[in-house]
Amino acid sequence: MVEANGAGAGPRYGERPVVEVRDLAISYGGKPALKDVSLDIYRHEIFGIIGPANSGKTSFLRALNRMNDFNAGMKVRGSVEINGKDVNAWQNVYALRSRIGVVFPLPVGLPLSIYENVAFSPRLRGIRRKAELDEVVERCLTRAALWDEVKDRLDSLGSLLSGGQQQRLTIARALSQEPELLLLDEFSIAVDPVTTMRIEDVLKELRAELTIVLVTNLVQQARRLADRTAFFLTGEVVEIGDTEEMFEGKVKDERTTGYIEGRFG
Amino acid sequence: MSHPRDRTGVMDRRDLAWYADRCAQVLIFAGGISAIVFIIGIFVFVTREGLGFVFGPLDLGQFFSSIEWRPTSDNPGYGALALMVGTLSVTGLAMLFSVPLSLGAALYIGEFAKGKTREALKILVEMLAAIPSVVWGFVGMSIMNPLIIQVFDVPVGLSALNAGIILGLMAAPIMTTIAEDALKAVPDSYREAAEALGATRWEVILKVVIPASKNGLVAAVLLGVGRGFGETMAVLMATGHSINIPTSPFDGVRALTATIASELGDTATGSPHYGSLFTLGIFLFVVTFLINLTADLVVKGIRKK
Repeated sequence: MVEANGAGAGPRYGERPVVEVRDLAISYGGKPALKDVSLDIYRHEIFGIIGPANSGKTSFLRALNRMNDFNAGMKVRGSVEINGKDVNAWQNVYALRSRIGVVFPLPVGLPLSIYENVAFSPRLRGIRRKAELDEVVERCLTRAALWDEVKDRLDSLGSLLSGGQQQRLTIARALSQEPELLLLDEFSIAVDPVTTMRIEDVLKELRAELTIVLVTNLVQQARRLADRTAFFLTGEVVEIGDTEEMFEGKVKDERTTGYIEGRFG
Repeated sequence: MSHPRDRTGVMDRRDLAWYADRCAQVLIFAGGISAIVFIIGIFVFVTREGLGFVFGPLDLGQFFSSIEWRPTSDNPGYGALALMVGTLSVTGLAMLFSVPLSLGAALYIGEFAKGKTREALKILVEMLAAIPSVVWGFVGMSIMNPLIIQVFDVPVGLSALNAGIILGLMAAPIMTTIAEDALKAVPDSYREAAEALGATRWEVILKVVIPASKNGLVAAVLLGVGRGFGETMAVLMATGHSINIPTSPFDGVRALTATIASELGDTATGSPHYGSLFTLGIFLFVVTFLINLTADLVVKGIRKK
């Protein structure tokens, strides 16, 4: 386990973890995708998850906010506790999800205006006053580094934005949920490098306010952002460690070095 | 001298694949334009038979404003107003039944039903669409008729209401199928994104799925309207076929299509009666054309926005 790295803005390793995963196993139609994963994610931490395709990264994320509920083929065992409460103990899964922001690999601009995309979640929460919604929309778009580019066309369709802008829109939308936990699933797949760097800067700032789980297919992205990184391989956690140490070669398992250095992937 | 070969050994010659491709192109082109050819052909035929009457004995003012449809009388009248109102009222009532019914069915099949239930329902709905209209007419006459008399305590059950219900049931399967296709065309990523934001399934449907499939849903409804306008046999059997401006759904009415179907066989080719029926045909053709055109424009307009 990594030492607590002091007070202030950094991860709170001394406190109880925000996310506690115990023996989580996921299978699709009998085919295992994740095998008995146990790990903790701490407040104000960016927790990176790297690993090749089919390593169970996305399945892991989906179990955190119970996106498996409507997927009949997806079976989940084990426990996931968020803030000490088992996610399966939530009777109202919608309320659970509304507290967790998710950014998908391909940006999904809902078929609504830019404004309505960001106002979607606040409206679900029951915010009706225009002034209040305006304020939320501006704040979230600003934090997602998109406000300046779209402030003059908030009424146009979100899906008309470029890929990079749409991905920042989905981040703004996730922030509008005022989540404690932000899950990002390979967000940079459809985003150009410059926008990726902008979003990465946004994430670094957001760490001061929330906890981020970053699934990424770019090992260097994990190095740039993550405080700790987990390496997933064929449904198992090979190892979890301090990102910097991992990339400097202090690994417990040879396969980790192999993946990081690009010998397989 | 042999044929010139390039280095890969391929000869520049029109071989079997080339001819097959050419044939396929010609056949597909013929298939593609046949729809246009048929539509133009039908329009030319219908107008040729009807136009002589339209510009001859017909009084257009009377055609649109009078309810006196007496083409066989010694003092003939060609007022089609009652027939138009008949068709409109039956179609309107039909939509009243079939729009909620088919949109509800489409939502259930597309968004809620799973696995075998879903497949079974889809097959059943498609089977419903295959029931011949004369069977529906029969249902209207022998089941709905006594039922309406009994339930509403009216003397006659063959009425606009009867035909509206029958027509609604007839139009519902095709509307359900088209509407369900439209719902299915909404990418699952939209549903997932909205669910991840904490929306309930109903909120997802109401705020994301329906707005995203608006085009297809409008198309489904307009297709149902077109079906209502064009349906003949069931309407002929269930309306009572009486020339009448209805004041309540329990009044008998007569539809444009049913009039043509029931009278054309008794007319002499080229007679004013014959011409007047073709005039009704022209009118129907123009109205359905306008409905489809509006549907197209509406759908395109929504798409642009």
